[in-house]
Amino acid sequence: MNRADAIPQPVSPVSLWQSLQHLLLSAPRSVRPIGAFAIVLAVWQGAAWLGLFSTQSFPSPLACVSGMREVILDGRLVDYSIASLFRVTVGWYLAVLVAIPLGLLLGWHPVLHDALNPFLQFLRPISPLAWIPVAMLWFGIGDRPAIFLIFLASFFPLAVATASAVTNIKKLYLRAATNIGLKGFRLIVRVVLPATLPSIIVSLRISAGIAWLVVVAAEMIAVKSGLGFLIIDSRNALRMDLVIVGMVAIGAIGIVLDKGIRRLETLPNMRWAIGKQ
Amino acid sequence: MESSSATLVTAAGNAVNEAPAQTGGVTKIRVERLGKSFIERRKRPRRAEDPGPGQEVKILDAIDLDIKEGEFIMLVGHSGCGKSTLLNCIAGFERPSSGRVLIDGVPVASPSPKRMFLFQENALFPWLTVAENIEMGIEAAAPEDRKPAEEYLQLVGLEKFGDYYPHQISGGMGRLAELARTLAMNPDVLFMDEPFAALDFMTRCLMREEMLNLMALMRKTILFITHDLDEAVQLADRIVILSDRPARIQRIFELPFPHPRDITAGDIGRIRKQAYLEMGVNPII
Repeated sequence: MNRADAIPQPVSPVSLWQSLQHLLLSAPRSVRPIGAFAIVLAVWQGAAWLGLFSTQSFPSPLACVSGMREVILDGRLVDYSIASLFRVTVGWYLAVLVAIPLGLLLGWHPVLHDALNPFLQFLRPISPLAWIPVAMLWFGIGDRPAIFLIFLASFFPLAVATASAVTNIKKLYLRAATNIGLKGFRLIVRVVLPATLPSIIVSLRISAGIAWLVVVAAEMIAVKSGLGFLIIDSRNALRMDLVIVGMVAIGAIGIVLDKGIRRLETLPNMRWAIGKQ
Repeated sequence: MESSSATLVTAAGNAVNEAPAQTGGVTKIRVERLGKSFIERRKRPRRAEDPGPGQEVKILDAIDLDIKEGEFIMLVGHSGCGKSTLLNCIAGFERPSSGRVLIDGVPVASPSPKRMFLFQENALFPWLTVAENIEMGIEAAAPEDRKPAEEYLQLVGLEKFGDYYPHQISGGMGRLAELARTLAMNPDVLFMDEPFAALDFMTRCLMREEMLNLMALMRKTILFITHDLDEAVQLADRIVILSDRPARIQRIFELPFPHPRDITAGDIGRIRKQAYLEMGVNPII
């Protein structure tokens, strides 16, 4: 502090900006996302009040809140969330059960890898949405085509990531394991699986995210429940506030799902890999 | 000139084999005319003197070496001369192109838990604690050799760190933990490929002391690659200096001196000086 600062001066725009910056930086970090969220909501509501866009095609936040009250009170929000979560859970679990052993096998066995990996790589970029006609033909209507689409959507990233995690295990660990005398099944369970687990958990996170993305699309066909159905059904009834409510619920549940899987990454025997990612 | 010194040394090596040294003289490892070469696949060879693509590159040239039970051998040579290849061939991780390796009179076909390899990098499994890593070694040992993990932790002075994960302990402690895991399997032979090279100088010096203490407790046959001639002179029973590629045995120094050793004084100091000069380094500058 020098003397010039001690003399009272009129507040200049620069110092106002600086004090605002100081305020932002000194606040706890958790304030940042909440602040940004509040600003978006305020701008949105303000624009609606000012009539900057038609609330017919895009409702204001307050309208969405009253819409949310409605679907909470009539029980639809909870029922539909559970329906969506059920489909995602079943489809994703099936994918985990099939894709991880397959990925381990492909990563471990060079012949199988050479033979099947190109096939997997070829199927992977095909959007699950392209499978919708196939899903409906095979599984008709109801939960099963939706579950099939979610299975497909999570299967390929999981299998590919697991296989590449196995091929990327540090040779040093494999060498140490062979030297210790581990072979076959014991080698897979004691060394290959734990060595690849951090990468597998990352791919679990990614695939759960994709599964959740796909559930909405899957529920736009052939089912009469779920958050995707809420959105498509409300659009048909021109209830744009409920469309937004459906989107908000999907986003919120997605965050919770991701947080849940992320907790696996902080297990004590997983921490070694965190620095590498 | 190089080839003449190589023949001279082979002769010296044979002479040593005929006269059993202080360790009892039972041959543990016999390397016979071991050669290794590979076909150059790079478009541009790594070194100017290497032949072009598709040509054969000779790495090891008919190496003969007899190692007695309980002997501590230091392999020294310039970078890229083929020390690691030699060690990998002896341990069974690589197949020689010609010649053979006999351990206890049996040709080596594959790695074995009776012969443990320690690498420059830490090969502790990072998903297991130090104690669990040692348990892995104990499980692999013969039932009659099994002792509780605490005993091995104590042996290397890590009894307080059993519950730590490898990334939570220092590099030197990691080396000791890996050594403990290795010793838990009660191997006859230890192959060590620059095990302390990644450590800082002080820690490396402490490691030498730890090695000596451990070796006094349990006499193993050890083949140890190093670039550190002081480490070699301090620890070894014999120092084997390899020539540049294709590697032959350029010279063998005998160090029949008891520990503790002052590596700068007397006969040891003279041998240290000679070893430095043999490697093309002047120890007095």
